[in-house]
Amino acid sequence: MSANYTHIKSRFILSKWMNQLLNKEALIGYLFILPSLIGFAIFFAYPAARAVYISFLDWNLLTEARYVGLDNYRTLFDDKRFWDSLQVTVLYVAWNIPLQTVLAIFMAVMLERFSTTVSSIMRGIMILPWLMPNVVVALLWLWILDPSIGLMNEFLKAVGMDRQPFMGSPDQAIQSMAGINIWRHVGYTSILVFAGLKTIPRSLYEAAAIDGAGELMQFRKITLPLLRPVLVFVLVTSVIGSFQVFDTIAVTTGGGPAGSTRVIIYYIYQQVFERRIKMGMATAASVVLFSILITVTIIQMRLLRSGESDVADYQ
Amino acid sequence: MTTTHPDESIQKSPKIQVPSGMILSYLVLMVLLFITLFPLWWVIRTALTAPSSVFSHTSSLMPVHPMTQNFERVLGLIDTEDLIGEGVVTSYMSTATLDFWVFLRNSFIVSGSITLGQTLFSSMAAYAFARIRFPLRDKIFFVYLTGLMIPGIVLFIPNFVFIRQLGWIGTYQGIIAPTFLMTPFAVFFMRQFFLGLNKDLEEAATIDGASRIGLFWRIALPLVKGPLLTLAILTFIGSWNEYLWPLLVGRDEDVRVLTVALGIFREQTPQGAPDWAGLMAGTAVSIVPAIIIFIFFGRKVVDSIQFSGFK
Repeated sequence: MSANYTHIKSRFILSKWMNQLLNKEALIGYLFILPSLIGFAIFFAYPAARAVYISFLDWNLLTEARYVGLDNYRTLFDDKRFWDSLQVTVLYVAWNIPLQTVLAIFMAVMLERFSTTVSSIMRGIMILPWLMPNVVVALLWLWILDPSIGLMNEFLKAVGMDRQPFMGSPDQAIQSMAGINIWRHVGYTSILVFAGLKTIPRSLYEAAAIDGAGELMQFRKITLPLLRPVLVFVLVTSVIGSFQVFDTIAVTTGGGPAGSTRVIIYYIYQQVFERRIKMGMATAASVVLFSILITVTIIQMRLLRSGESDVADYQ
Repeated sequence: MTTTHPDESIQKSPKIQVPSGMILSYLVLMVLLFITLFPLWWVIRTALTAPSSVFSHTSSLMPVHPMTQNFERVLGLIDTEDLIGEGVVTSYMSTATLDFWVFLRNSFIVSGSITLGQTLFSSMAAYAFARIRFPLRDKIFFVYLTGLMIPGIVLFIPNFVFIRQLGWIGTYQGIIAPTFLMTPFAVFFMRQFFLGLNKDLEEAATIDGASRIGLFWRIALPLVKGPLLTLAILTFIGSWNEYLWPLLVGRDEDVRVLTVALGIFREQTPQGAPDWAGLMAGTAVSIVPAIIIFIFFGRKVVDSIQFSGFK
């Protein structure tokens, strides 16, 4: 009887001790995440909620804020500048993404033809533009593309072509922006694609070659489908990124000429820092941008059937 | 590495066929190298050229009247007042405040602090999410992940209001605070590596009486040194390159970082034509950290990009 009692008692003590340990463990867990939790609460969660709240206010930072309900959204949707900025942004994305993606795939496929040493050195060099600040890249191209004394025009003259105004003309400004950002990003993207290529089993190509498929056929039937997971990642992230283009435009054209490069983020920036301060309008526009991005992302995922993989079909 | 071509076995002299394809590839490679690197040379070439010659010699591939004066000017080593006195200053030159040493220092303070804080605190959180059991753990982590999807601008405006309420506009802490304690990406990134660690080592250390903090600091952290360094590099580059946030809260000269300084320098340049020589000298100075990281950690950065596609 007494032996059994001590057994129960010791088990009781053990479980109590375990409980304490567990609680202590939980406490330490919370302690470990505490700094990040504070950071997340103050600078991510709270501002996200506050952005929605501010979008219902008429507020210029200096005088008392006034609750105006959905007025800011109404004003926004009535503002021609806002719709123009959306159009400019979409135009930028439409020039930027397809060109960049096709170029990146081409570069990655080409890199794969070289020895590991050559491709490794090349990948290193291709990353260089991406390491530099947007601002620096923008200024460097602002100089090269200068309408009157830029190097690009000297080059065009040398090969017998007409001078181009590039960022000086509303017809070429947004394309120039797309070009500049392609220069900065295409190396980064092609490295991602290159990593995707490496996951495709060599044996598939060998089998296809035996069946008489040419290189182009192999690219269409093997490379592209099997690259899909990586391409989904590349497209989703680069589309989200290019909808938010700002730096390049802010230091070069400042939205001009004639509003031809006033993208959505620049429009928002102007609500806060140019003309009258309209915090409500600025946040309302940013909330709209957020909903656009979510919609675009969901559509992309659907279209590209991101969840599935084709590798199984081939093995 | 080349894909096997079906005709290859039939061809009588494959030696000619294969190299001609490779020659084309090498040609493309050279063009790529040129397009990537030549613009950088053009920055240096312009920065070394006398300001007035920039406008007269527009296509010379080498610096014209090579001089380091532009660098001295943007680094504040020579006073623009002196140059005006000597009659050297022409309408081609900007007389904006050019103290790139200060801006360089500011960039280092800001990026250095963010890198230190973010890597440390995010790793701590990541370790807890991967290894320590506590209530709501996975729910909190999921909420963090949703933070990845919010565009920067949505957060920037309320954060600007908050920093302003704290009276931190124009201070280092104002620029540093939002990303000092964490970013969802940093936590996510490190968690992947802690999850991949073998538990045996930690269990053995627990039996030997190591505490949780000891486990994290002495066992887990040294094992993820590589990814930790990668995260630090990515965070440093990211905050070094950031423009919009420091533009919102840190325009003041004493905390102004390089990217903002370059933007303002560009705004203040003389009517019509910017001071290209000075601007390119400032640009060249701003690229230096990117070049250093490229030389020492280029391989690591490439690897981390390749990793990020498969998360």
